[in-house]
Amino acid sequence: MSRALGPFAAVLGRDLLLAWRGRADVLVTLAFFVVVVCLFPFGVGAEPNQLRAIAPGVLWVAALLSTLLSLHRLFAQDHADGTLEQLLLTPEPTVLWVVAKICAHWIATGLPLLIVAPGLALLFDVEQGALGVLVLSLALGTPILALLGAVGAALTLGLRGGGMLLALLVLPLFVPVLIFGAGAVDAYLSGSGAQAHLLLLGGGLLGSLALAPLACAAALRIAVE
Amino acid sequence: MMKDMQKPERSKSIFRFAAPQMFYPLAGRLAPWFAGVAAILAAVGLWLGFFVAPTDAVQGDVYRVIYIHVAAAWMSMFVYMVMAFWSFVGLVMNTRLSFIMSQALAPTGAMFCFVALWTGSLWGKPTWGAYWVWDARLTSQLLLLFLYLGFMALTRAIEDPRRADKAGAIIALVGAVNVPIIYFSVKWWNTLHQGASVSLNKAPSMATTMLTGMLVMAFAAWAYTIAVTLWRVRSLILERERHTEWVAAELNALEGKI
Repeated sequence: MSRALGPFAAVLGRDLLLAWRGRADVLVTLAFFVVVVCLFPFGVGAEPNQLRAIAPGVLWVAALLSTLLSLHRLFAQDHADGTLEQLLLTPEPTVLWVVAKICAHWIATGLPLLIVAPGLALLFDVEQGALGVLVLSLALGTPILALLGAVGAALTLGLRGGGMLLALLVLPLFVPVLIFGAGAVDAYLSGSGAQAHLLLLGGGLLGSLALAPLACAAALRIAVE
Repeated sequence: MMKDMQKPERSKSIFRFAAPQMFYPLAGRLAPWFAGVAAILAAVGLWLGFFVAPTDAVQGDVYRVIYIHVAAAWMSMFVYMVMAFWSFVGLVMNTRLSFIMSQALAPTGAMFCFVALWTGSLWGKPTWGAYWVWDARLTSQLLLLFLYLGFMALTRAIEDPRRADKAGAIIALVGAVNVPIIYFSVKWWNTLHQGASVSLNKAPSMATTMLTGMLVMAFAAWAYTIAVTLWRVRSLILERERHTEWVAAELNALEGKI
């Protein structure tokens, strides 16, 4: 057990340390999330009922976009300095350290969104009881975005115009997560209960945790070949 | 089929066509036949649809768009499945022709996807009063178009053909796994949000000529897809194998004809 977790913990710790040393990048992602959310009232008007109605969707779309923007950093630096090739040469299973990298990436970029989201929801006058559901839906949903996005990031590694291409590849795949994530909050607010949506999100998380790292590992091998 | 492969006389096996050099002339011989069949079927189908089939009691003549729309929608979904199948075969067997096949299919699939959306919105305006409603079928068709575009953009963006082949195959398979998830999530999204204002699920009782016309058009779309794909495969093979002797000989022969 500990032997399998050794490389996992090593990569996780290294990536978290790197993220900590480059805090500015993480904060930029977070600032982007906040700014995008704050733009919507300017666009659609500050009528409280309308803002309340669009709040879950706005927060979720903003979370999705800021995840997308940070995705290219997942492997780019390791690819540029050769770390990725060395990792692929190690006898450790690729899937293991890929999951560790995605975990570290989510902790650095996804977790701060969870902490900020309730405060932003209050700007839209969302009922306080729904904040827990919002955070829970983001906690289950954003790791799925990171896992699916990692496959796209690995496929577009080192390509010209990779950022736009990455968006085109993964945004259609993000749609179900967006539907169930924003839907969970809507369902809670409409009184029908968020359980079904959250269960589906949880199922999606487990499914993508099982499958996405395999596709990601294969894509990385192709990219480095 | 697997037994055939182990036989010593390999040249008789159908698998010899997995070599681009062998498939190139076969595709060249088959494509015109499929193109001819497609032209005849399309002519018959359109004649049945626009002149023979009766006018619909409720929708009037607007319904006649289905003769193009339904065939295009079916094909767009089916082509993605075939594309994912060839991608899978390519990844497992490592055959170049399989990857070429899936890349040759993608533009036709995307075209049918677009035609289905376009004709659908032309039908929607007089029938529903709007060019677009966020119905589950329309939305998932739109997302399917995005999946096609992503696949084509990725395979064109990578210069190394080996990497482009495999990367494209992975995204095609990831897309194929996600298509049912996308379809059901969009369906539930729509039903959970609002009662669907327009139901597409009720199958209208259909006159036999209408159904015949639609099926003939569907077969025409099949034949067209096969013909166009074979021609595109030929171009891709020439491009990929341009450094080989047989392609040089082939091109010289072509120039001689012209």
